[in-house]
Amino acid sequence: MPVPPVPLDQLIACPCCDALHHATVLGETERAACVRCGTLLVTPRTRSFLHVIALAFTAMILMVGAVFFPFLTISAKGLSHASSVFEAAMAFSEGILAPLSLAVLLVIVAMPTLRFAALIYTLWPLANGRPAWRHAARAFRLAEELQPWSMAEIFIIGTAVALVKVAGLASVSLGPAFWAFCALIIVTALKNAFMSKWTIWRAIEQS
Amino acid sequence: MARDRTILSAPETVLTARDAGLTGCTRCGRVWPEGTQTCGRCGARLHPVSTAGLQRVWAWWLAGLIFYIPANLYPMLRTATLGSSQQNTILGGVVELVAHHNYLVAGVVFVASIVIPIAKFFAIAYLALSVGHERRAGSHPHLRLYEVVEFIGRWSMIDVFVVAILSALVQLGAVASIHPGPAAASFALSVAFTMLSAQSFDPRLIWRGPAQAKDP
Repeated sequence: MPVPPVPLDQLIACPCCDALHHATVLGETERAACVRCGTLLVTPRTRSFLHVIALAFTAMILMVGAVFFPFLTISAKGLSHASSVFEAAMAFSEGILAPLSLAVLLVIVAMPTLRFAALIYTLWPLANGRPAWRHAARAFRLAEELQPWSMAEIFIIGTAVALVKVAGLASVSLGPAFWAFCALIIVTALKNAFMSKWTIWRAIEQS
Repeated sequence: MARDRTILSAPETVLTARDAGLTGCTRCGRVWPEGTQTCGRCGARLHPVSTAGLQRVWAWWLAGLIFYIPANLYPMLRTATLGSSQQNTILGGVVELVAHHNYLVAGVVFVASIVIPIAKFFAIAYLALSVGHERRAGSHPHLRLYEVVEFIGRWSMIDVFVVAILSALVQLGAVASIHPGPAAASFALSVAFTMLSAQSFDPRLIWRGPAQAKDP
């Protein structure tokens, strides 16, 4: 079992296949992929910290609008009913389905918000060239672990399906929260594209 | 702007962290000497590549399968319109969409709540069963399958959100009202459990099964 004669912090093990690589800081347009399985390992982007912070702030503001403004309004035969995202999540709040209400709120509102907050907490001091705050590693790990569980984009597709289903029954108009939610998804996708996990981990370690 | 995919190092044979007597962190990629318990950089628990994690995969898989059965038998939606009321299961909802000639949406719901969950059960079982049986360098299709399963699993939640939105929105008293059925909860649980099952699977196992441990 030979240990390679390099400091361990200059090595990177592919999380998908365990292949060992020498990590190097890359140029602005370069990306590094695993030689064996092709998983992207390093995607550096300069100034990425400030971009991510800005986008995370934007997303949090949009989330406030998305939760409390009217989401959809339905009307049929003179009756109308407006509902917000909060009410949509609370649709299950009666009887045995109550825990599902909580779960829906968690995955469409709480998890994304917590992710944005954790990212800002991690990156704010790093972007200003100061040492990372306490528990920054834990916060960033939390943000990473929550990723599969924040389902805002799936919620919007679900809305589209619901709109089609209800079309024959009544007429539906889209409220400001719907558009806020759509913007939120685009901002989240941009933020994910600007983020380089490896660069952030390195910055946390070296600060 | 063309992005070059730079290969970090291109050795003749790939050296894995385990071959080098190291354990790689699956969260952040940092490597540590073998036997280290937690990653000193990100604080995640370090797992050596071993088949012990497969038990968790199977446990979540079975839980997901168990909840998938009532999810299909019980009604997902209860619709009441002007005196008449009806209950729809997942499959019933798709049939109704087809009857209204909404083929695209029917397709989306059919794929998201029937094809994806069933395909996922098979895919995870196949991946878990084939650990240790594949050749060392020929595992790309398996890895791709794993990536697809990880990526697509969460999209099954669409139907739960559809039920949530419909039940919140369609509350027009006697004219029309929609209420969620018990299948919504068991379907959500089934999706969550299979997501956990897929997350418990260590993709590094695809590349070296227990057979590798026996021959030095």
